[in-house]
Amino acid sequence: MDVLIYGVINSVVYMLMALGFTLVYGVSRLPNFAHGALYVLTGFLTWTFVNNLNLNYFLSIIITLVIVSLLGAGLYAFVLKRVRGMPVSEIIVSFAIALIILEGLRLQDIGPFKGFIGSSYALPAFIEGTVSIAGVTVDYQRLIIIAVGAVLVVGMWVFTRHQKVGLAFRGMAQDERAAMMLGIDSDRMAVVALAVGSALAGVAAITVYPLGQITAESGYHVLNAALAVCIVGGLGSWMGAILASFIFGFATTAAAFFGAPRYQDVILFALIVLVLIVRPSGLFGRQKELEERV
Amino acid sequence: MRTDTGFLRNLGMRRSSSDEWRRERLDRGLKVRTEGLYAVSSWREMLYLVGPRAALIVGLLLLPLVAPNLYWQRVLCVAGAYALLAITFDFLANYVGLVCVGGAFMTGVGGYVSGIFTFYLGFPWPVSMLLGTVLGAALVTLLWLPSLPLRGIYFAILTFMFPFLARGIILALDAFGGTLGLGPVAGPDNIWLENYMVIIVMLVAVFGLRRLVGEDTGIMFLGVKDNDVAVQASGISITRVKAKGLFIGALGGCFAGAYIVHLYNFMGTSLFATDFSILPIAATVMGGSGTLAGPMLGALILTPLSELLRGFGQLRVVLYALVLIGFIMFKPEGILNWLTRKYHQFEQWKKV
Repeated sequence: MDVLIYGVINSVVYMLMALGFTLVYGVSRLPNFAHGALYVLTGFLTWTFVNNLNLNYFLSIIITLVIVSLLGAGLYAFVLKRVRGMPVSEIIVSFAIALIILEGLRLQDIGPFKGFIGSSYALPAFIEGTVSIAGVTVDYQRLIIIAVGAVLVVGMWVFTRHQKVGLAFRGMAQDERAAMMLGIDSDRMAVVALAVGSALAGVAAITVYPLGQITAESGYHVLNAALAVCIVGGLGSWMGAILASFIFGFATTAAAFFGAPRYQDVILFALIVLVLIVRPSGLFGRQKELEERV
Repeated sequence: MRTDTGFLRNLGMRRSSSDEWRRERLDRGLKVRTEGLYAVSSWREMLYLVGPRAALIVGLLLLPLVAPNLYWQRVLCVAGAYALLAITFDFLANYVGLVCVGGAFMTGVGGYVSGIFTFYLGFPWPVSMLLGTVLGAALVTLLWLPSLPLRGIYFAILTFMFPFLARGIILALDAFGGTLGLGPVAGPDNIWLENYMVIIVMLVAVFGLRRLVGEDTGIMFLGVKDNDVAVQASGISITRVKAKGLFIGALGGCFAGAYIVHLYNFMGTSLFATDFSILPIAATVMGGSGTLAGPMLGALILTPLSELLRGFGQLRVVLYALVLIGFIMFKPEGILNWLTRKYHQFEQWKKV
């Protein structure tokens, strides 16, 4: 029962981390390596608003999400747009931006700028306390994570099927050229996708961070988790990402309960290699196999 | 050639006259630029071709003598290791079509393999460095074999994850010293030897790879990079060609790792640090993609720069990242491509 409940929770955590990345890649074919950095930035910005400017927690969450999604939009409009279509440059540039954000947060104090090193940073939980489900104690924050994950998945489903922008997203994902012929502005959609994707990274950060510490290193961890989920699920595939995050969530939770938690990385690694050997295109990546893989 | 003196003369006249002047740019004929028979027709042409190459070799060999003290000689060693990684990245990305964002994995594997031979088995350092390079490259190729059928972004993403996962595994299994690392690993412990070793390996790598990419094997690599479907249609296994290319590239990366272990007399998970992945990429973009020598120069410029910023902690990583973005966005061809173009051009002011 422990494994079941915590497995679901960890799976949703993986899903939240990967959702923004899949969305951006699915819509605009841009691998946003700054995803993890935006995640960490959300955590630190919210922390700063709450602790240094003494703002209300929920107000600061909203302000941060707006800032982060604007940042994502700016990332496309000013940087990624110039190198679009050159996959190598896209990766390198977005990764460079991730490095600037992550390592910039770890800088030592230079003048008025204070680096986030030394002491520990943590966001408060939305609701303190625990509840017992079928004999397993779960704190409210973990339940909120599940709720947020469910809301996001359903919301995304409704958004991509019944909203104009969402339908445009799907059109772009399926065939960019045809979508452009039908009057969908590729660049504008990419801006929106990056903004939404960054906001999703921010939502993930805000729901997941209260469980632990905010560290700059977790940016790499989140990016790796997102990449692993997307590779196993098939890049740009929604169903694949959800399924893969459940596989990862349960595998790591089972490892933590039966073996030792430190074997989680080993399992992650073994799973990726296994899936690549058996199904090189990921679990749900069959559709574009010919275009993207040999 | 007359144009040379004409350029100098016109420089002076350019502002003094009220006539309309325009800048004329002439390219040297392609025949002169190629290394064919034509080039050996005169001393002048020979010098024109050999000059830059000789300058590179002599300049590199002089570097340890110019270094002011032991500290900068050590920096030169590290810069050499980074330069090798940069050459590897450039070769893999621009000649084999494998964009490898995880160069740190190569340093890690090469370093650990060679370190194990020296530390546990007591091999002398030249043998274990050699073993670390060859076996490490074989191991990297083997471990990346499942990801080789993937193209472009997919391969890059996977290679990006490998150093992190490898580090996690070493920490999880507490293998080879775990968090603390292992030491002392007996190395050459002679700074001149260390300096010249890396410089010679660097030169061999640059000139050897340039030679290789012109041979049949290299043409096959390029074919895989440019149009893999056509290569496959010719009955050649792409994955095999890629594996071969990866092995050749990984030799450089693994040597860098083995060299670093024996330079610092220490091996630990710091061998998988992001620096080893990102600085070579920055150096490649800055030095000029596809030139092999450019990335080397880029690394030799960037490493001392980042060394100067060591006092500011992570500022050096921010610096590489800024260099990367700046060059990719505003000067994508890089320094060496630009220099080469200028070397083959004459410019002069002409009256309209």
